[in-house]
Amino acid sequence: MIWNETYECLSRKEMRELQGKRLFNTVERVYYNSPFYRKKMQELGITPEDIESVEDLAKLPFTVKNDLRDQYPFGLFSSPMSEIVRLHASSGTTGKPIVGGYTRKDLNIWSEVMARTFSAGNCDRGDMFQIAYGYGLFTGGLGAHAGAERIGASVIPISSGNTEKQIQLMTDFGTTALCCTPSYALYLAEMIDKMGVGNKLKLKAGFFGAEPWTEGMRKELENKLSIKAFDIFGLTEIIGPGVAYNCSEQNGLHFNEDHFIPEIIDPNTLQPLPAGEVGELVITTITKEGMPILRYRTKDLTSLNYEKCSCGRTSARMDKIRGRSDDMLIIRGINVFPSQVESVLLEFSEAAPHYHLFVDRINNTDVFEIHVEVRPEFFSDHLSQMLNLKKKIAHRIQSVLGISAEIKLVEPRSIERSTGKAKRVTDKRNIYNQ
Amino acid sequence: MLIKQLSIFLENKTGRLTEVTDLLGDAGINLSAFTIAESSDFGIMRVIVSDPDKAKQILAQKGIAVSLTDVICLQCPNTPGALNKTLQLLSAGGISVEYMYAFAVNEFAQVVIRPDKIQECISLLQENHYELIKADDFYAFKEK
Ligand SMILES: [Zn+2]
Repeated sequence: MIWNETYECLSRKEMRELQGKRLFNTVERVYYNSPFYRKKMQELGITPEDIESVEDLAKLPFTVKNDLRDQYPFGLFSSPMSEIVRLHASSGTTGKPIVGGYTRKDLNIWSEVMARTFSAGNCDRGDMFQIAYGYGLFTGGLGAHAGAERIGASVIPISSGNTEKQIQLMTDFGTTALCCTPSYALYLAEMIDKMGVGNKLKLKAGFFGAEPWTEGMRKELENKLSIKAFDIFGLTEIIGPGVAYNCSEQNGLHFNEDHFIPEIIDPNTLQPLPAGEVGELVITTITKEGMPILRYRTKDLTSLNYEKCSCGRTSARMDKIRGRSDDMLIIRGINVFPSQVESVLLEFSEAAPHYHLFVDRINNTDVFEIHVEVRPEFFSDHLSQMLNLKKKIAHRIQSVLGISAEIKLVEPRSIERSTGKAKRVTDKRNIYNQ
Repeated sequence: MLIKQLSIFLENKTGRLTEVTDLLGDAGINLSAFTIAESSDFGIMRVIVSDPDKAKQILAQKGIAVSLTDVICLQCPNTPGALNKTLQLLSAGGISVEYMYAFAVNEFAQVVIRPDKIQECISLLQENHYELIKADDFYAFKEK
């Protein structure tokens, strides 16, 4: 189902014209309302008049996470507080949180893009939505909530946590669509299995986001919960969830290009890369009023595809996030992404997709250890078979990552489950603090 | 003649073993024999208990990886060469031993064996008049 055919299926030419106009309006807005952006543009010697079309995007300054921290709390707002009707903030793990301010129109855009997301997952007024993202400052809960209401679905605003209650309502209310982080969805699936209530579920769709996940995890969620699993992409800096979404082809995430322009740049040279090449995703908002953002460097590594999708949409599709440039570990000089480890583990039916990476430096050599949970049903009485499993995993890690790792098999459920973003890496090297 | 042995996956962490023995002890399950096969980071605890099915259920509920494995237990004289003679008999009969553990008190030794072909192994030993300990003799221990 397509929520807004006019914009989701606009021809490429019309889309670029629309983006050009909206980009100019946004640049003009920030230039005259945000001292931060005016100063940045003056330093580059440009004015709003230099933006004649979307081709001029690359002339504009970048925005990075630290800019948002430095401007905490409201330095990037381009609307007076009297126009701001909602504030959100990301959980700042280090330092100050990232704040987002929304005007009434911004909230309207947000529910629109979330409505597109849920329609693309074939959900409508007939569905029962269980929103198990956290409500509150985190954008996940209220963002998904507004979109589900906009398509006319029945909404259960249960928020995150309280797994038993989640499963109880899911069975009693006949939830058909679940919204939460993929790692929490896996945990729910495990608990549903343990409680033996899988046959009472009416789930058909899951909308999972707020952390990276792999194709393997998607298959596992789809099998365990008998659903189709859709990826939602978004970030507090831009609007929250709803920046890009999966259609039922599940072949990339459609960008809401009439509101957010994606670019891919080389993270070292900062030059734009051609379609199809992997680099850092950069996003510019072109309709937001409260806190418009120019060329935000997401640190997410992905690529863009501008070919028309077989679902009928013409919008650019973002490939699955291949990792974050700041999640990236450099071990013995090799780039390692936790998502690569996960995809290897999902090849082994004996190993659960719960893992933890430990990196340390001993005698000037990086030590890389991966803890992997053994699935109870595959546990073998034979030491040799268990040792063989370790060897096979180590071998695959070596060939996929190009680096050797010590595999340690650990007991089922011994790796900490999280209801939010899974913490999967412990880097004890402390090399940046020396 | 078949004895159900519990096999338990354990990480080499302080206190893991006592957690398992606590769980079984609290449930009134008696341990008759056990051994641990270990590698650098994990071990497999193999144990013969008074109520293997119940023990498995209790441990599995706690999320512990556990399985039941058929083994046999034979009694042989505690004299030099007795075990060797038995092993030669099995080897001549084409049966290989995956693992075994044993203990001897006074005039008899009890040997727990996990052979690859368990039924053939039982027949061969019985034909040669070995005394195999019945499961009931182990499991009934709790009533004594
Ligand atoms: Zn599509």
